[in-house]
Amino acid sequence: MGNDAETGLSTAEISDLRDIAGTMIPESPAFGVPGADDPAILDDIVRSVGRDLSLVREALAAIAAKSGGAFPSLDRDRREALINDYYASGGAPAVTLGRVIVGAYYRDDRVLLALGLEARAPFPKGYTLEQGDWSLLDAVRKRTPFWRDDRSTPAGEG
Amino acid sequence: MAGNERVDVLIIGSGASGAATAWSLAETKMRILCLEQGDWVRSTDFPSNGRDWESRRYTDFDISPNRRGRDTDYPVNDDNSLMKIANFNGVGGGTVIYTAHWPRMHPSDFKVKSLDGVADDWPVDYWTLERFYDENDRMMGVSGLAGDPGVPPRNPPMPPIPLGKTGAHYARAMNRLGWHWWPSDTTIATTAYDGRAACINLGHCTPGCAQGAKASTDITYWPLAIRAGVELRTRCRVREITTNEHGMATGAIYYDADGREHFQPAEVVILACNGIGTPRLLLASASARFPNGLANSSGLVGKNLMLHPWPIVSGYVEEALDGGRAPINSMWSKQFYETDLSRGFVRGYTLQFGRGTGPANEAITSAAAGRLPWGRDHHRVYRELLGHRVGIGVACEDLAEEHNRVTLDPVLKDSNGIPAPRIDYTISENTRRMMEHGIARAEQILTEAGATRLHASRTVLNSPGHLLGTARMGEDPARSVVNAWGRCHDVKNLFIVDGSIWVTSGGVNPTSTIQALALYIADQMKQRLAALFD
Repeated sequence: MGNDAETGLSTAEISDLRDIAGTMIPESPAFGVPGADDPAILDDIVRSVGRDLSLVREALAAIAAKSGGAFPSLDRDRREALINDYYASGGAPAVTLGRVIVGAYYRDDRVLLALGLEARAPFPKGYTLEQGDWSLLDAVRKRTPFWRDDRSTPAGEG
Repeated sequence: MAGNERVDVLIIGSGASGAATAWSLAETKMRILCLEQGDWVRSTDFPSNGRDWESRRYTDFDISPNRRGRDTDYPVNDDNSLMKIANFNGVGGGTVIYTAHWPRMHPSDFKVKSLDGVADDWPVDYWTLERFYDENDRMMGVSGLAGDPGVPPRNPPMPPIPLGKTGAHYARAMNRLGWHWWPSDTTIATTAYDGRAACINLGHCTPGCAQGAKASTDITYWPLAIRAGVELRTRCRVREITTNEHGMATGAIYYDADGREHFQPAEVVILACNGIGTPRLLLASASARFPNGLANSSGLVGKNLMLHPWPIVSGYVEEALDGGRAPINSMWSKQFYETDLSRGFVRGYTLQFGRGTGPANEAITSAAAGRLPWGRDHHRVYRELLGHRVGIGVACEDLAEEHNRVTLDPVLKDSNGIPAPRIDYTISENTRRMMEHGIARAEQILTEAGATRLHASRTVLNSPGHLLGTARMGEDPARSVVNAWGRCHDVKNLFIVDGSIWVTSGGVNPTSTIQALALYIADQMKQRLAALFD
């Protein structure tokens, strides 16, 4: 787990981040997915903060301030309402916090497999793209050219 | 200051135009050197090699130099612009991180004054550039389909990228509306081509192609140019172009990777630094003889910046589509490209039909747009979104206005102490009307396609921000910076080949035309070698 030296986030900030991430994307047995506060996912989030450290810190501080320093003790409805309100109005720090959390969450093997996706990088295997129905183009092929030919369009009559 | 051996031709910038120019001039057997401030990018560096492929488009492969923040980047003060600046500093330049969409300008784009009474005509026309467009298509390797009634005839050397489920979904809606559509031309290989394999659909074209199916000049023009004798020197950041008592360029002063200062003498200097970097360098090269910046007797260096406003309208359909697992481009529409004054504006736009996006980016963009909540409902809503997205970009022509400009920031500097560019840019009333028209048409198409949750982004954070018009070409030295074949009016051995010489912007992605124009200028130089400075 990250600490000051490795990630720039303090132990207290990581604890706050755990509470917030778990509120933003909670575990769902119904959908078969862990929450963003899952230890492995949280570890990935913490390691991913990198260049966004100052904005993430700003977001954590703003959420703490809005909850009077008692975010973890709020009931679930109030935590979710606070997060959604803050995200809508919090500007770059809020958007950055969300991006860092989902960036790690939606590359977790368990999450991707639950979504029916393959848990791998795009390269080198790639994906298959079907050709699609090219007969749909027949109607367009019948149109006469309609781009303006400047060699035949008199000036001012475009 | 370290001195270097004199070269015949010094090209500054190795991107779309610098590479094409270097390759074309190589046959002259002149000694040609290109200075590039960035590095080569290895295929193993690209995000799609790793599990963090989506996150890296917001960090070290972001299209914004300010967010990317590599030591090879220079900062841009774009605080006073709704549209943000995109570029890439490395061998291949912006072609490394473009979407590979490959429309050409239309013939009417070069005659906007004559045909529509606005802006200015170009000093060259489509038909002059046509053979250079064709040559460039062969060099870059273009996939597409001949026979499009919406554009002049052309013959892409490879078949188009598949329609896929997403393209077919759009096509059915467009046919019901009776509106034009056609599979997009792209520089994505669909067959084996010049050492590139057919695209295997990594689904992440913009931040670089790990497979190399997408053409960028580091894998197209540069290997051939280097084999032909051109020297490409990386990690060289040019500070200024020097001139002599006769007002001729004598070379350039640059910093190497270790911050050491060098003087590179040259007989001819060619700028290929894009519509921001080129005016920045010209303005930074002010001297007693050129107090307002080099080649700036017209006062137009840095002015008339055009950035292509590009609203994107998105929605979601019930059918599961193929977003995030294929090239983002699928098709274009020229239905609203040519001027029709009944629409309430002059000029027009291309509609660009995109495929959806990957799992993390779907969450990032949907949360930002307010359609994906946080909390217990997150998972349910997310499953209605992922794989169901459709989105249409409105590529609006941006008319030149002098108040839209690049200047030198009085405070911000790059890591070598060179003043950063400052951008002042607003969207004109004509363009705003065009944008709203395009948004309404895109919403109509998506509604016809059965999409709901429609959302229009008028200025998208990662919108293209094409960089055009800041050293325009023309016959009149009082109204232009370079002549009809790219030579600066004021400095007869200084040429510009990038997007800064554009007179108007058209409503298309510019790279195809930037390169056709660069090949044209190189051809003009070759034809005039004996009297190049007359």
